Amino acid sequence: MTLGAAVRDGGMGVGPNMNVLEVEGLTRRFGGLVAVNQVSFAVQRGAILGLIGPNGAGKSTLFSMIAGEQRPSGGRIRFDGRDVTGWTAHRAAAAGVGRTFQLMRVFGSMTVLENLVTAAHLRHRSTRAARRVAEAVCAELDLGGIAHHQAGKLTAASKKRLEMGRALATEPTLLLLDEVLSGLTPTESREATQIVRAINDRGITIVMVEHVMEVVMSLCHHLVVLDFGEKIFEGTPEVAVRDPAVLEAYLGT
Amino acid sequence: MATLEGQAPASLGAGPVPVTGPLRYRRWVFLIALAVLLVAYPRVFVSGFAQNVGVNALTFAVAATGWNLLGGFTGQISFGHAMFFGAGMYTTAVFVMAGMSPWISMLPAAAVAATLGVLIGLPCFRLRGHYFSIATIAVGVILLTVVTDRTWLGGPEGLTLPIKDETLWNLQFSLRDLTEYYYVILAIFAVVTGLSFLFVRGRAGRYVRAIRDDDRAAAAVGVPVRRYKLIAVALSGGITALAGSFQVMHALFVDPPSALDLSLSIQIALIAVFGGAGSLWGPLLGGWSIIFVQSYSSVHWQTPGRPVDLLIYGALITIVAVVEPSGLAGLFRRGWRNGERWLATRRGGGVHRVTVTGDRR
Repeated sequence: MTLGAAVRDGGMGVGPNMNVLEVEGLTRRFGGLVAVNQVSFAVQRGAILGLIGPNGAGKSTLFSMIAGEQRPSGGRIRFDGRDVTGWTAHRAAAAGVGRTFQLMRVFGSMTVLENLVTAAHLRHRSTRAARRVAEAVCAELDLGGIAHHQAGKLTAASKKRLEMGRALATEPTLLLLDEVLSGLTPTESREATQIVRAINDRGITIVMVEHVMEVVMSLCHHLVVLDFGEKIFEGTPEVAVRDPAVLEAYLGT
Repeated sequence: MATLEGQAPASLGAGPVPVTGPLRYRRWVFLIALAVLLVAYPRVFVSGFAQNVGVNALTFAVAATGWNLLGGFTGQISFGHAMFFGAGMYTTAVFVMAGMSPWISMLPAAAVAATLGVLIGLPCFRLRGHYFSIATIAVGVILLTVVTDRTWLGGPEGLTLPIKDETLWNLQFSLRDLTEYYYVILAIFAVVTGLSFLFVRGRAGRYVRAIRDDDRAAAAVGVPVRRYKLIAVALSGGITALAGSFQVMHALFVDPPSALDLSLSIQIALIAVFGGAGSLWGPLLGGWSIIFVQSYSSVHWQTPGRPVDLLIYGALITIVAVVEPSGLAGLFRRGWRNGERWLATRRGGGVHRVTVTGDRR
């Protein structure tokens, strides 16, 4: 079966809705510290955008604001044609923003399948319908073998995969992946990369924070580079690796 | 781990162990056996001691069932459930003294408790962490003082309810034998456990458990965290208030210490945790065991200041914490599971297969 919402907009949009996500002058201050400063960018429908930058550049804060977990101190977020600035996390999820957490946050006492059913309840009230979606996700992400394992006892790689599955089970339009490929063995990383690509092929737009440059280069259509909370580059991966500002941020001077 | 890959999973509801085929009927066998035991109890054990234990155990099982919805399933630990119990006692006392049937008075009693819970939850559930737990202690202590000062609630002397005709409608029976009281509280327990089951098995139940496991992740999959915490505290308070309503009819008396003392809050929480937090049968198991130990020690080993039952409490809690953190219900479930596994292997495995998944602990 198809997983609904991803294709409910009929794939590529036209006109002003070409962009699933538009971030404008987004700022977040913690006291005197400016974690994210006047960042603007847009994500085209169906694209994979990579958000990279050194540690502490503000990537996770940016993610949190888009996912509704933190309120921006300034700027606007438009999602799917709607202004979602300052929305709470559960409203953002209902609007179609799915996310994973950098430090895995699975529902530890539940089984893998129950984690997915819980997420699927966002669009399906009945257990039966939610379960159908959960089983489809299970099959798609190859989680069937561990479907009845307790989520809290999984390996890190499995938890990351479950987090992707759980976000998918909410049938999102936009998926925010926070370092889902980091800390994996080469085999696990290859599999996860294929999963990300498969999700994107279904028409789900992806924004990913990632450190593994090899993966970023092969997966992302577009890159935004942050440093000290500011956007220092936006463009294709090929151009990024030759950009002096990017090189300086990563290698230092 | 003995997960059988590719086999269709059988049930999501009850727990991590899906049971296929005729084994599922054992759940019904278990339920019916339990019902028979509970119904037969006051006919078999006719001593005053046994009947007292039965009535008190079920009263606290109802109170703990309320606690369990919030503390066990939703993960919001309350040290103030006496306020809901007390709200039930006082509201029912006031309405019954005004001439209302105690049955009808259970509605405002539950409503007062639910409102109280929501009022505490509204500010506290904005914050993450233990603020709610702390607030429940504080509000409990404040309420005790405030109620002691209210003359229309009887002040420190409390309220004594009028003795009326011994009818079911008046919820007053002969005290020569507690059988009628026992069956009334047993019926309330059945209703309340049924309610909890309905709440816990579907979407709402998954949502509150998601909140307990990780509230940030819950919000990220679209769970309106605060709303569900408020629903849980309202339901929890309402259920515990029913236990209070019954208690005041049984005692025909309420005063601040018997309704609102911190030790009552602790006892409710203790019973739920000891029986098994997050298990529907935990409160029943906890209620019977704790109340039995308490009554037995106070009758047979009573010394001034009652230190014996406290010692036993402590020992029991320690044993449960070390051996089985999910309480008596967890211990019970483990035994049940082993029994099923044993039966399955004895029958050759092929016919009635048990899919053992996840942990074995």
